[in-house]
Amino acid sequence: MAKRIDVSGLNVYYGDFKAVEDVSMTIEPRSVTAFIGSSGCGKSTFLRTLNRMHEVTPGARAEGKVLLDDLDVYGHDVDPVMVRSEVGMVFQKANPFPTMSIYDNVIAGARLNNRRMSRSEADELVEQSLRGANLWEEVKDRLNKPGSGLSGGQQQRLCIARATAVKPSVLLMDEPCSALDPISTLAIEDLIHKLKEDYTIVIVTHNMQQAARVSDRTAFFNLSAPGKPGKLIEMGETNQMFTRPDKKETENYITGRFG
Amino acid sequence: MSLTTTPPPGPEMGPASSALRRGSLPNRFPVALLAATAAVVAGVLLAFSSFGFVLWGLLTAVAYVVFVVTASARVEGGRKARDRLVTSLVYGCFLLAMLPLVSVLWTVLGNGFARFDPYFLSVSMNGVLPSMDAGGAYHAIVGTLAITGMATLISVPIGVMTAVYLVEYAEGRMKRTIMFFVDVMTGIPSIVAGLFVVALWIILFGPGATNGAAGAIALAVLMIPVVVRSSEEMLRLVPQDLREASYALGVPKWRTITKVVLPTSAAGLTTGIMLAIARVIGETAPLILTAGSSAVSINWNLFDGQMMSLPVFIYSQVRMGGAVNYERAWAAALTLILVVMLLFFLARMIGRLFAPKAR
Repeated sequence: MAKRIDVSGLNVYYGDFKAVEDVSMTIEPRSVTAFIGSSGCGKSTFLRTLNRMHEVTPGARAEGKVLLDDLDVYGHDVDPVMVRSEVGMVFQKANPFPTMSIYDNVIAGARLNNRRMSRSEADELVEQSLRGANLWEEVKDRLNKPGSGLSGGQQQRLCIARATAVKPSVLLMDEPCSALDPISTLAIEDLIHKLKEDYTIVIVTHNMQQAARVSDRTAFFNLSAPGKPGKLIEMGETNQMFTRPDKKETENYITGRFG
Repeated sequence: MSLTTTPPPGPEMGPASSALRRGSLPNRFPVALLAATAAVVAGVLLAFSSFGFVLWGLLTAVAYVVFVVTASARVEGGRKARDRLVTSLVYGCFLLAMLPLVSVLWTVLGNGFARFDPYFLSVSMNGVLPSMDAGGAYHAIVGTLAITGMATLISVPIGVMTAVYLVEYAEGRMKRTIMFFVDVMTGIPSIVAGLFVVALWIILFGPGATNGAAGAIALAVLMIPVVVRSSEEMLRLVPQDLREASYALGVPKWRTITKVVLPTSAAGLTTGIMLAIARVIGETAPLILTAGSSAVSINWNLFDGQMMSLPVFIYSQVRMGGAVNYERAWAAALTLILVVMLLFFLARMIGRLFAPKAR
């Protein structure tokens, strides 16, 4: 189910402004890859190109190749909507649909697409997704209550359950824990360890300790100068990146000389 | 009035003890002062035999403000005194604004009550001579409901879909042009909208064709820009990250709009539509031109002949003059106000029904 991602020569533009320049990388299936770097260096922008979400912003475009298990996501005949059901996304601020109950939120992916499911199939999918997100025990008695009635950490796990219910092959996470307290963060990091077995996970994070705890490989992005496009400086095994990085720039960032 | 709770300084606390401490007027002081001023002014006016409620009210207000600000300046200091002055002004303006509203409601209630009864609401003016002590506004109520109903059916889909286009799809010059013309349309005088439909009807059906449908179209022309503007505001209030959450699940844009954006803004959209209805339900001039002003019998058919409506009924009764006609006009006015109140009440209920529930 999990797929590998191969990016080659990806450039991302907002109108005429080049935001991210010439990124090439490989992301292995069933692994967790972390993107780290200072603010505004293009990590989130690059992440959003992996499921073509950048196209929602007017004027944004990407040039280059992104292969999802040999399928070029930017090919002529590829529908961005179909890409997004293969590559799911969890956002920084948890955004459950306010008009829907917890139950409806989890199967929103199917319901909004008018996919017919029998009641028992839906029940099973909801339970499976909520168990997968470590949220079942906490909400199983109030599935009909609105999603907005949960705490921040629970809401974020609900969004993860919603994202996994569509059975994507890749899960992108854009700073999922930055709005949460340490206990909820721990819960979600444990969840990421568990989800790793079935999905390819890419996580953008500001928190280097989190990247060190959670990821198998880490990619470091940076700007050469303010106003210049962001670039991929270095990518490698997390252990190696944090102890013996190749580039001086990486070492400076990781040891906190800038950031 | 904002009141401090620190006790006034006693003689043993001099100004040297703390620059931060200030005296304050006792809690009950302003109210007592107001009552005392009112009594004194009333007494003075009565003594001069020139008592009038308006004069009494004005003099009391002015005298009270002068007294309380002076007392405050003495005891509490300059800043508190200014605070009391401005507070008095704000309250005064509020009372002034409420006065016409309460006065209108009071007058309509008082004058309309005489003739307002189930009989009045259930018969038309068919066969009733204007001076007869008979007849009612049923045909006008029917007409108002039918015409406004059809106007709503026309303007709500057009208005909401235009708003969806403006918020979700439009960009650049097209968007600015459309928004400009919508703004212009909000300013069209109602009688001009009526004339437009009269001209249209002459082209389509020949001269003299007055019917309820023409009135409905005139009202729709007035309603559409209001619906577009308020719906646009409501749709903009839906946070962008809800749309992104939907896209990230592999849901296409049009489905996101119909199943996430519109339901989330449903409460606001409904309120906007109700407000648009309330705005046109009292329009008289376009209906006189398009639906006629002399219908007396009950007519449910929007395409067949003249149709009376409540505002036009009020107008035509007043034009006829005479005590009975005036009574009917007041009763119809009361009916119209009650219909509008009912609509706003419905809008609140619907809004509460659709609102995203918390907990």
